[in-house]
Amino acid sequence: MEGCIEARCGQPLRLALPVSQPVELPRWVDVAVLPAVNLALALAVAAIVVLVVGFQPTQVLALLVKGAFGSKVGLSYTLYYATTFVFTGLAVAVALHGGLFNIGAEGQAMLGGLGVGLAALGLGPHLPMALVLPAIVLAAALFGLAWAAVPAALQAWRGSHVVITTIMFNFIAAALLGYLLVNVLKEPGNMAAETAAFAPSARVPGLHEALAALGIEWPRTPLNLSVVLALAAALAVYLTVWKSQPGYAMRAVGFAPEASLYAGIRPPRLIMLSMAISGALAGLVGVNEVAGAHGRLLGEFVAGAGFTGIAVSLIGRNHPLGIVLAAILFGALYQGGAELAFEIKGFSRDMVFLLQGLIVLFAGAMAQVAAPWLARLVGLSRRLQAPPPAPRAG
Amino acid sequence: MDDVLIGTLVASTLRVSVPLILCALAGVLSERSGVIDLGLEGKMLLAAFATASVGAVTGSMALAVAAAIVVGVALSMLHGYACVTHGGDQVVLGVAITMMAAGLTVVLGIAWFSLGGQTPPLAEAVRLHPLLTGVAGAVREVPVVGPTLALALFGHNAFVYGALAAVAAVWWLLFRTRFGLRLRAAGENPIMVDAAGVSVKGLRYRALALNGVLCSFAGGYLVLAMNPSFIPNMTAGRGYMALAAMIFGKWHPVGALWACLLFGFLDAVSIRLQGVPLPVVGEVPVQAIQALPYVLTVVLLAGFIGRAVAPKALGRPYVKER
Repeated sequence: MEGCIEARCGQPLRLALPVSQPVELPRWVDVAVLPAVNLALALAVAAIVVLVVGFQPTQVLALLVKGAFGSKVGLSYTLYYATTFVFTGLAVAVALHGGLFNIGAEGQAMLGGLGVGLAALGLGPHLPMALVLPAIVLAAALFGLAWAAVPAALQAWRGSHVVITTIMFNFIAAALLGYLLVNVLKEPGNMAAETAAFAPSARVPGLHEALAALGIEWPRTPLNLSVVLALAAALAVYLTVWKSQPGYAMRAVGFAPEASLYAGIRPPRLIMLSMAISGALAGLVGVNEVAGAHGRLLGEFVAGAGFTGIAVSLIGRNHPLGIVLAAILFGALYQGGAELAFEIKGFSRDMVFLLQGLIVLFAGAMAQVAAPWLARLVGLSRRLQAPPPAPRAG
Repeated sequence: MDDVLIGTLVASTLRVSVPLILCALAGVLSERSGVIDLGLEGKMLLAAFATASVGAVTGSMALAVAAAIVVGVALSMLHGYACVTHGGDQVVLGVAITMMAAGLTVVLGIAWFSLGGQTPPLAEAVRLHPLLTGVAGAVREVPVVGPTLALALFGHNAFVYGALAAVAAVWWLLFRTRFGLRLRAAGENPIMVDAAGVSVKGLRYRALALNGVLCSFAGGYLVLAMNPSFIPNMTAGRGYMALAAMIFGKWHPVGALWACLLFGFLDAVSIRLQGVPLPVVGEVPVQAIQALPYVLTVVLLAGFIGRAVAPKALGRPYVKER
């Protein structure tokens, strides 16, 4: 077909999954050492920048770890941020397994929050929590799903490149949410563009409330029971992508689109499936942020988490377990970074965004750069360990 | 009164379109050679920061622009090293550049200037000034259309005319020179380029270098002409809008120019239309006009209004057969 945008024929653009290295590495190196090396490279460059702006990297790191894990409050904030990053990280990963790069988690999360807001404002005052909370979770997932379904359908049947359309949908989502907040949903009399506070039945209980019910004292933080939902989502993604037939088909399309065609898999349906799951996961950010942390719908609640999801997914090697760990890492960076900005004058929390970009650079775009070096290193150590060849007779 | 309105609308459309045009041209060059550029936003942002900080410290426009070019080309070379030399994912790299630029500009800005991420305002000597004011005065004397024309087309700064000239230059480079033919071939059929004995990687690196220069001018314009100091995230999505314009212009410099002018016009008009009822449709929310460029691009990509044809080898790293 002449002049198709990669995918006119329903084939998604084949994006190099960072899982498939051109260089053969032993599994333990590929799974554990390579991400660690890439993370270390990103940290090293960040440390240089820290030095350049006149601070001690070791001091910064110590303060960061202390801020993120040193207290109950710090730890709670770390896990609260991590909850959001688990959702967006899983969203990016599921799409990547289907061979699609979803840059639209940001917009899908905004729509998820909109779904939460509508459900909470509509049902909250009338129904008990046991009915409202499931409705909120469902609304978040469905709104996120719907926002991902349009670019997915355009990719599947019209061949429009999903990367570009999801970027465009981020901007459209921001405009839509802005319009609805200012003109329709805004609380009368409130200067800020935000809705009225939700009814108590439409709020995800905070962890301090849940633990208080069990008789454990815990400081009041934005950390809420969405953290349990995030872990459940990670488990569900594992079961769907690795242990179910549709998940297998999805990975087949992502890994080898042509071979999967021969196997009788129809790519358009799998594109729809992986983007639908991806969008629904991104939408769940709304549960944590809107129904959990803020208790009302406001404009800026996603705040780049959709893009952080890309870094989380890349450093977590697109696996739920890796993503949970990477999300905690990023949660710690966000929380520790906020603490640092308080503790050290002239230190900016934006250091975290730089580090995030460096991680995407080293673990994503330049993943292939370090791999051959590692392969050579592994080969060298094997040769050193192997017994010297027996002297030839004669 | 209407003459003045039309004149100022055309003038402000031109002025807000300049960074879009320069960035979209940068995108056309790199994507025509086969390299996706989602990093336009980041390159522009870091170039704007370089211009503002060097301009504020040295007070020299030449040094400020030179710093922007160094930064823009350096980012493009990183782009080339990761994606052309090592075959890394071009989409992911663009995301990485944009994230790094957003973080680095604020970190350095706060550390160097302690103004919450802003740079000190640039002196008048480092700002762009209107050109052709004499011509504008002469044109104003022309009866009927004179005042409108003078307001709309004359008295802009050098970058406005430069951006329009750059459209012609890029068109000429791509479609009338041997280098341009090879560059486009590298984006359509790199194997043939290689078979002809021309280096695909070399072509893509050169396209990226030009891309970096154009992004630098776009970033420089933001502080030299629009806002006198750097503000965190001052590109505000213009890089992505330029990307949309490039696609809307079907990867052609002249098409991209029209798309940028359309998007710039929507930007210029959106503020004026706030609360003003229009014929037929009534009052249009400002957010709808802001979202329109993106909606139009999606509709175009979906093939409902014409077809956007990307270079065939776009996004595919070229690996020489051995």
